[in-house]
Amino acid sequence: MPTNGVPAKITQGSGAKGGIGESTLRPDGTLKVTGEFAYSSDMWHEDMLWGQILRSTVAHAEIVSVDTSEALATPGVYAVMTYDDLPTEVKHYGLEIQDTPVLAHGKVRHHGEPVAIVAADHPETARRAAAKIKVDYRELPVITDEASATAPDAILIHEHRDDHHIGHVPHPNIVHRQPIVRGDVAAARGRADVIVEGEYTFGMQDQAFLGPESGLAVPEEDGGVHLYIATQWLHSDLRQIAPVLGLPEDKVRMTLAGVGGAFGGREDLSMQIHACLLALRTGKPVKIVYNRFESFFGHVHRHPAKLHYEHGATADGKLTHVKARIVLDGGAYASASPAVVGNASSLGVGPYAVDDVDIEAIALYTNNPPCGAMRGFGAVQACFAYEAQMDKLAAKLGMDPVELRRRNAMEQGTLLPTGQPVDSPAPVAELLRRVKAMPMPPERQWESSEGADVRQLPGGLSNTTHGEGVVRGVGYAVGIKNVGFSEGFDDYSTARVRMEVAGGEPVATVHTAMAEVGQGGVTVHAQIARTELGVAQVTIHPADTRVGSAGSTSASRQTYVTGGAIKNACERVREKVLDLGRRKLGSSHPAWAHAELLLEGGKVVTDGGEVLADLVDVLGDEAVEVEEEWRHRPTEPFDLRTGQGNGHVQYSFAAHRAVVEVDTELGLVKVIELACAQDVGKALNPLSVEGQIQGGTTQGLGVAVMEEILVDPVTAKVRNPSFTDYLIPTILDTPTIPVDVLELADDHAPYGLRGIGEAPTLSSTPAVLAAIRAATGRELNRTPVRPEHLTGTA
Amino acid sequence: MRVHFTVNGRPQQADDVWEGESLLYVLRERLGLPGSKNACEQGECGSCTVRLDGVPVCSCLVAAGQAEGREVVTVEGLADHARQRARATGDGSSGTSLDEAKGWQAHGADSRTGEGAELSPVQQAFIDAGAVQCGFCTPGLLVAADEMLERNPSPSDADIREALSGNLCRCTGYEKIMDAVRLAAARQSEGV
Repeated sequence: MPTNGVPAKITQGSGAKGGIGESTLRPDGTLKVTGEFAYSSDMWHEDMLWGQILRSTVAHAEIVSVDTSEALATPGVYAVMTYDDLPTEVKHYGLEIQDTPVLAHGKVRHHGEPVAIVAADHPETARRAAAKIKVDYRELPVITDEASATAPDAILIHEHRDDHHIGHVPHPNIVHRQPIVRGDVAAARGRADVIVEGEYTFGMQDQAFLGPESGLAVPEEDGGVHLYIATQWLHSDLRQIAPVLGLPEDKVRMTLAGVGGAFGGREDLSMQIHACLLALRTGKPVKIVYNRFESFFGHVHRHPAKLHYEHGATADGKLTHVKARIVLDGGAYASASPAVVGNASSLGVGPYAVDDVDIEAIALYTNNPPCGAMRGFGAVQACFAYEAQMDKLAAKLGMDPVELRRRNAMEQGTLLPTGQPVDSPAPVAELLRRVKAMPMPPERQWESSEGADVRQLPGGLSNTTHGEGVVRGVGYAVGIKNVGFSEGFDDYSTARVRMEVAGGEPVATVHTAMAEVGQGGVTVHAQIARTELGVAQVTIHPADTRVGSAGSTSASRQTYVTGGAIKNACERVREKVLDLGRRKLGSSHPAWAHAELLLEGGKVVTDGGEVLADLVDVLGDEAVEVEEEWRHRPTEPFDLRTGQGNGHVQYSFAAHRAVVEVDTELGLVKVIELACAQDVGKALNPLSVEGQIQGGTTQGLGVAVMEEILVDPVTAKVRNPSFTDYLIPTILDTPTIPVDVLELADDHAPYGLRGIGEAPTLSSTPAVLAAIRAATGRELNRTPVRPEHLTGTA
Repeated sequence: MRVHFTVNGRPQQADDVWEGESLLYVLRERLGLPGSKNACEQGECGSCTVRLDGVPVCSCLVAAGQAEGREVVTVEGLADHARQRARATGDGSSGTSLDEAKGWQAHGADSRTGEGAELSPVQQAFIDAGAVQCGFCTPGLLVAADEMLERNPSPSDADIREALSGNLCRCTGYEKIMDAVRLAAARQSEGV
């Protein structure tokens, strides 16, 4: 056994070749298939301790007392820490609002809130010691919904709010409120020939990444700490961790360990501060690994939502107006709630042109589990509702639902409800046309010469039907997602690119703090460097905080923003290399002074293709290095009263067609096919693009038919924190997912690319719901659907 | 307690094992074999799948003591396992084949990237087909897929889905995993 399992096997290699536009294979692929890739839970250090968190067993209570004496006396226990042991005055953290206690003080606000932490020499010793900590709770009434949150005598979840939203919210138990008001809805309503209304419910979804929250904190000789961690944004973590530890940021060193998926669930801190506190307290390396039960409490979830919509249209199917009220349950702490509100409201009518709009979105503080970022981020909940509304409107108009969407489809130049023009291609109608044109899967595929293959039927191997009562349905949906951080956020990324000769050939090294969470950023970043610098060998340096921030691996932004930063840094490196060439070799050929010069195939060439020099000769033993920040176009905040403003950077569009078969007697659903058409601007890596679309589609399928965290409405306690009770799609639940990729360049973005990761998660869910409605004839106003909703026995 | 068992063909011994430790824990934390993954530790996700005397099991649900005296194959040993199987089921000719001889020559793997490592057909197919994203489910899927191809060299799509239905993946939507297993089966049948 090695004495130290820490830093090895997290470097991304350079072997797979390929520039942009090629289906280059992952540089970490070999390590991942041999089991050698070092994920955060694989970190190991000689003499390390195991950390354990004690979490609250109730959702809302005053803490009367905490007695740690028995836990401390347990053999093998090195430290027990509570709020009173925190080393500085900074005892809270948070992405935007610092309202989350590192350890509970005086009160717990949700089920599973951290109260104390333990370090011991074996994980089971740590668990048993934590169980010996006696916490005396005096329970408080729980706030679980809008009515209880805003009741006149409601207990305030946070008593002393001083954040920048408190001035404009109607109640202190509302985190943020964003109205979007445009045109004259009352007048437009008068022009409507038909009006449809709907009340929709979206359940609480979990990211359910497979690699649990985990990491290793190693105390260092200078009094600092080195944290090996799975996260989506190293520098955001750093900003929140260092003040709590009382350390300057340069004494908290962070290296990205292998990340087993994220999907938004690693934007907030989980065990980072706790591991560092225990490591600094004990002077020993401390590893913390959540199990699945704890993981359900250890990260925020997708906001459950109640959405009320009114759509009006003329008899020829043109939208007159949309009114909407979207209530998102943010749970006990703010997390990303304000930005989720911004997305849900500003994208609340979907990819449609409509001039008269009145939308209000709010996020509540409640005693439910905290909710924050998850793939699709606010746009998902709205899409489920507005697409149901479009189908309802089509039915009332007697019009084909795809035709109704086509007549209202946004185009380049259309104004969003925020007044912002969509200034890049918006092929909404074309995506619908493409997805509709795909061949349909054959009917009754379960029939074979040997009778019914139950594996192809709803209920599967449970053998619940051989086709009796099985009805097919088809549904369509389309969505719009913003790309990048919106509302005036300074959304930059930093890239350091170095070029030198190694082993007799030119090699580029790309160093960023980009969190590779599985999406394949490391693959496309190397592709960009190969294309821009004309070299075969590119090494992706491990992501750490020794280079500037790369921003978050979220909002579909890393290929755009960190990719943009790498492209920019490569261009600067190229200029410097050419300057070097001119100095060294400029007299050898007039083209050095006059021609447009490129780097290709390890050589300096003219735009006419003439080779001027080998890069090996230009560089010699010099290295050329550039580190620069790069920004996309700035955005601005939405007006707090009207919601007007150029708040978004870029948009991503996807459309789905779902084909389902429903056992209408038992309420069982089998999704037969989930076809997707998406505009990706430019597919930098077509294989990865398909993988993102299929993966996002499947998460949308999950929340359509099975995934929901159930919170007891009386106690606000989580009832299903396990993969036994919280179901995500298996390979049997997931259908074939044919993908049609459209590439219409966005001229504002590097290579014309669009962020792609989230859009398919939006339209997948409403397409499946529409197909189930078509099969069952039922209204189905909530997702996920359950068997009792489909049989009418709910 | 002390436990002995064979892992990937090598006798292993672990000391001071607490009776409640799982085979997964002993592999990961005591034997330095973290390839088997700890995604749920409750037998629902399949990421810790290993072969126990040939049978695929969730190693998180096997008490370490239950492995006493038995043979375990993990993802770390999958390439060797596949190579031995290929030899055992080879063309029946006697003597040492060139391929077999090559198997004995030293081959360096890049310590940082793993490049140059010899892979089993199913491992190579997962890379080639884009079946790996975050990769946390990958080791368990590889062990399960390899075992299925051992039993059923020409699986239908329904066979593949049934065999892999105990392995959760959250990234890929399973399409590229289907592609990878089909690819591995096709290459295997062509002897590639």
